[in-house]
Amino acid sequence: MNPQSTLPPTPAALPPKTGDPSAPAGPGSKGPRSEVKLFSGLGHVALAVWAVIVIVPILWTFLAAFKNTSEIFSSPWTLPAELRWENFGRAWTKAHVGRYFLNSVIVVSCSTFLTMLLGSMAAYVLARYKFWGNRAVYFLFVSGLAFPVFLALVPLFFVVKNLGLLDTHTGVVLVYTAYSLPFTVFFLAAFFKTLPSSVAEAGMIDGCGHSRLFFQVMMPMAKPGLISVAIFNIIGQWAQYQLPLVLLSNAKDKWVLTQGIADISVNAGYEADWSGLFAALTIAILPMIIVYAVFQRQIQAGLTSGAVK
Amino acid sequence: MRHGKYPFVIGFLFAPVALYVTFVIWPYAQAFQISMTNWRGLSAPQWVGFDNYRRLLDDGAFWKAVQHHGVLLLALPLITIAIALFFAFLLNVGGKSSGGQRQGVWGAKFYRVVFFFPQVLAVAIIAVLFQMVYRPNESGLINGVLMKFGLEPVLFLVKPNLALWSIIAVLVWQAVGFYVVLFSAGMASIPGEIYEAAEMDGATKVTLFFRVTLPLLWDTLQVAWVYLGIAAFDAFAIVAVLSVDGGGPDGATTVLAMEIYRNAFVYSKYGYASAMGVALFFLTLTFAALTLRLTKRESVEY
Repeated sequence: MNPQSTLPPTPAALPPKTGDPSAPAGPGSKGPRSEVKLFSGLGHVALAVWAVIVIVPILWTFLAAFKNTSEIFSSPWTLPAELRWENFGRAWTKAHVGRYFLNSVIVVSCSTFLTMLLGSMAAYVLARYKFWGNRAVYFLFVSGLAFPVFLALVPLFFVVKNLGLLDTHTGVVLVYTAYSLPFTVFFLAAFFKTLPSSVAEAGMIDGCGHSRLFFQVMMPMAKPGLISVAIFNIIGQWAQYQLPLVLLSNAKDKWVLTQGIADISVNAGYEADWSGLFAALTIAILPMIIVYAVFQRQIQAGLTSGAVK
Repeated sequence: MRHGKYPFVIGFLFAPVALYVTFVIWPYAQAFQISMTNWRGLSAPQWVGFDNYRRLLDDGAFWKAVQHHGVLLLALPLITIAIALFFAFLLNVGGKSSGGQRQGVWGAKFYRVVFFFPQVLAVAIIAVLFQMVYRPNESGLINGVLMKFGLEPVLFLVKPNLALWSIIAVLVWQAVGFYVVLFSAGMASIPGEIYEAAEMDGATKVTLFFRVTLPLLWDTLQVAWVYLGIAAFDAFAIVAVLSVDGGGPDGATTVLAMEIYRNAFVYSKYGYASAMGVALFFLTLTFAALTLRLTKRESVEY
């Protein structure tokens, strides 16, 4: 189970460095070749082991979702004797996974839409217009990248409460959006800067207003950047746990999926409904796998593009 | 571009700035102020100056949390980056080279998809999943196997000196795939001729890794270190859900975020919780500044 044992040797284990970088590493061709074989052999083993470590817990969860409690305890490693779909029914209705799922979809789609709209508007103006205070507003946004959410948690709770938005989806959507703006503005401002100004000028000459130019010319041109950031925001907001925990604590029917599943895991112990918990977990995990499998290229690119220029 | 510029700029900036200031800037500013009061939510807050901070210095739970951040800060980036670098190297340049094109080992595409997979799952969901994996009896994934072989079950989350490492393992499990992809993107931008030339000079795979890939990847590594460091300062969802009674057993896995949450929303000690938040803020800031300073070096042009 320990992947560290297959790590490459430390620099100390390397052959001593000769001053001349072009000096051959080994005296003959035999040494390096067998080393290559060993290296790639170990590499294959390491990769396969890690793939197993990633896949097995998830697969095991899916299987356990079809078992009953006694099967889960007596034979955790065997296939379920029969496919007990009623576990899913119980998780969906009795444990309210269906509602939590729907809540997550509602909250994340609203807040991602709002984040993208407001974020791209702000980023566009900050990137392409010269005006007094431009830098100040830009740094105000970007400074948010450096702050841990936990610093603001207590006052945030009271701000939302005083606005009468505690235990409402509106409150959560607005807060998600606000906390997603720093990265969104930071990323998109850089992106809008790279777009050619000749197209914008042509649009202007044709009598295009500022807003129309933005929505009909710049937005379509910025599509690759917008998709990257949207994926980043969807995954981030879908995974949120601390904010809904604080902002929706007293409205159980408004809870999002992460909150709901965490709560079910506590209750499953009391009620000994382990198969229901596995079914709930499966319902939470499976759609993400499917969406990821379909869009994996865009998702990988979207999540890493912020870090590599 | 002159006509109607200001109305447009103001119109476009108003909503985002208003939202951002209300829910982000204003709470952050207040946090510093609340941390100087003894506010408990019911009566009006009273100014107590640095009292909360003085109390922090004597708070065992606080220091335990800080200590855990220290462990996380070393272990999480080191282990994650080491594993991810090794895999990324295998997947991108570990295979044969044909016609100047560096290739990864067989199945590289499959591995990159699978490894990344935990990244799209919410940490809270992963925490519940690993509760099941770590269960101390035969119903747990790992202990189920161990007990089949007649071995003693391992009490992953219950043993105080093991619990934090069990949590770190889950964080590494989740993070590796992202950094494999991140490093892959960095490695893809290293020109193949460099490897070609090095190989012609007789460099082995290991030499290639340490003398070519690593130096040319320095910027990406720095980014990875900062990301993982910031993750090490958060770790709330995983500790809150996975550990025994939120940071247990007996505070063995607690983190600052957990203590802030507990003090604020369980004990209603808002002033004290805010002081912890401020401490967390300065720790994070110090870490980021130190990392950027210490890892600063000439980036290699190519």
